[in-house]
Amino acid sequence: MFARRTINGHTYQFGSLVELLAKATPRRSGDELAGCAASCEAERAAAQAALAEVELTTLLNEPVIPYEADEVTRLILDSHSADAFAAVSHLTVGGLRDWLLEVAARPDGGRVLAALAPGLTPEMVAAVSKIMRNSDLIAVSHATRVLTGFRTTIGLPGRLATRLQPNHPTDDLRGVAASILDGLLLGQGDAVVGINPAGDSPQVSADLLGMLDEVRQAYEIPMQSCVLTHISTTIGLIEAGAPVDLVFQSIGGSQGTNTSFGTNIAMLREGMEAGLSLQRGTVGNNVMYFETGQGSSLSAGAHFGTGGLPVDQQTLEARAYGLAREFSPLLVNTVVGFIGPEYLYDGKQIIRAGLEDHFCGKLLGVPMGVDVCYTNHAEADFDDMDTLLTLLAAAGVNFVITVPGADDIMLGYQSLAYHDALVVRNTLGLKPAPEFEAWLKAQGIADAYGVVRGLELGSSRLHALAGAVA
Amino acid sequence: MSTAAQPERRFDPWVSLRGATQARIGLGRAGMSLPTAAVLELQGALAAARDSVHVPLDTDPIMAGLVGLGLGEPILLTSQAPDRAAYLRRPDWGRVPAAVAGLPDDGWDVGVVIADGLSSKAVSEHALPMVQALVAAFDPELSVAPPVVVTQARVAIADHIGQAMKLGAVIVLVGERPGLSVADSLGIYLTYAPQPGRTDAERNCISNVHPPEGLGYAAAAATAARLLRGARALGRSGVELKDTAGPDALAG
Repeated sequence: MFARRTINGHTYQFGSLVELLAKATPRRSGDELAGCAASCEAERAAAQAALAEVELTTLLNEPVIPYEADEVTRLILDSHSADAFAAVSHLTVGGLRDWLLEVAARPDGGRVLAALAPGLTPEMVAAVSKIMRNSDLIAVSHATRVLTGFRTTIGLPGRLATRLQPNHPTDDLRGVAASILDGLLLGQGDAVVGINPAGDSPQVSADLLGMLDEVRQAYEIPMQSCVLTHISTTIGLIEAGAPVDLVFQSIGGSQGTNTSFGTNIAMLREGMEAGLSLQRGTVGNNVMYFETGQGSSLSAGAHFGTGGLPVDQQTLEARAYGLAREFSPLLVNTVVGFIGPEYLYDGKQIIRAGLEDHFCGKLLGVPMGVDVCYTNHAEADFDDMDTLLTLLAAAGVNFVITVPGADDIMLGYQSLAYHDALVVRNTLGLKPAPEFEAWLKAQGIADAYGVVRGLELGSSRLHALAGAVA
Repeated sequence: MSTAAQPERRFDPWVSLRGATQARIGLGRAGMSLPTAAVLELQGALAAARDSVHVPLDTDPIMAGLVGLGLGEPILLTSQAPDRAAYLRRPDWGRVPAAVAGLPDDGWDVGVVIADGLSSKAVSEHALPMVQALVAAFDPELSVAPPVVVTQARVAIADHIGQAMKLGAVIVLVGERPGLSVADSLGIYLTYAPQPGRTDAERNCISNVHPPEGLGYAAAAATAARLLRGARALGRSGVELKDTAGPDALAG
């Protein structure tokens, strides 16, 4: 037996760390589906209280997936910095929560938290998040800054970047360009202009990359582009001379999840080296773009850990960030409500998961963005997304995803509208990435104070952007 | 009230671009926000999309239509999910047929499985013409199994069906989740040597089949036939199989 706790006269027993972590997780449908969730609220509260007493060294010494069985575990443990860990190595999970909140409230909190990152493992970060309320997650995230750069600088205080996502069901170049044009006129795209191709042929991706590069150069836009195709395809495109800025891949927190995505650490390394070899960045050379999401491991049947027990989806998600940070990515995006209600059932679960993911990623030193989104078979709506966006912006999220009118016509789900990013930037006084802001000012899209006012199509020199594409 | 909420009869520079995409471009603004008309229209679209998830598939016309294709007697199955609510909560149930006993197991080069997925409308509108286009596009020497229709089903259910019927490869037509603008999008998945336990990395996907705005039947069928040919040559499907379409096809 690993731990026990009595609540209201009932004693709950937890057989292992893996079981305790799962039962301490705030309620979500994916853990219920995996059969690892707490059976009732009292058991969950008992698990959280028991988890708070677990030593951080225990989390370091008892991997949730065995070292010999999983290359993600090996990466996490082999890259752990004992020096950085020394600041908190004497603490329990509960003690770490207090320590983080105390540090976050200090003027030098950001520096201290950044120095701690290499000493934290995903399991420690996931564990502490489970006993933190939403406002705790926001307070610590807000103090934690992760800066990256390519042609723009992302993650600066007082800034909120967006990925402009101009997807089209047939990858029609003019249709994609029309959505890009609409987004640029509304000040979007400073994190990346990133297209999910509907077709998976290398030629489709090459055509899209060529168009994006032409637009960028024709209008001298400080931006990076990405076509989110499988990393093996991108490596081939780089070899064929396509203008690749960022190398994309979906990743997960277990070796088996990555196998289900057709990738592994060696392939990610090869992709990063191919991206770096092009030297296309100007203000920085972070070339990787990863996407993750709670539930991907369960979806792949790759969620089992030590003792053959199911590992909860939030701990596995944090492990994906532990994998991501090895590759110094420009962007990591949790597509929080994308996978569906079997993993995050409703708006409440999506909001909670979005804040957890952002917190865990940032604390591990990962440049987190969030796709604030939901599908039409989940119990969620536009109001839930407004709420999550506002909370994440307050928490200092690096970037969010935006699409025309919140409606992704290719992927069939709702993300944020271009307008939503404008509203939250204006409400909270946030600006775009500085290089992009200067361009927006020069175009007359942002005013002299950097506030994006938007520009009508007829009065912009960009109006030919979509027309010029055949 | 802003001018955006009171449309005037004047030149709209977005009109010609709207012909290139269904995306909600050029919506105008009320301050920083979406204008009233756009917000109300989005609420209506959301309501319609959410309702459409729960519309059951009317299998009779599809079964009748499949009879006419000359592929043998079509087969109707259900998954282990008893209803829509269970289907949404339990993806594992949607991946396993309620029963595969009695399926013909003569063995074929390829079979087509039609699954309702999250959009019965996509299947009702596009499955029959898509099967027709596929059969026309397949290499003529291929043997094609009797088609299977399965309800409350996810893509991986065809791994069980394909194994039971001894299919060399299985092509799944599945209703993709409905979006705000597109509620009838059909997805196509190719799995070589289907058997339970195949991962998504072992499949190839063609998405967004919904003519006229989305991909057309003939184009989708040509891609599927090309991928099938490639999979048979390679001995597997998935990320290692690249569709080398186009005049300047890049080496995968």
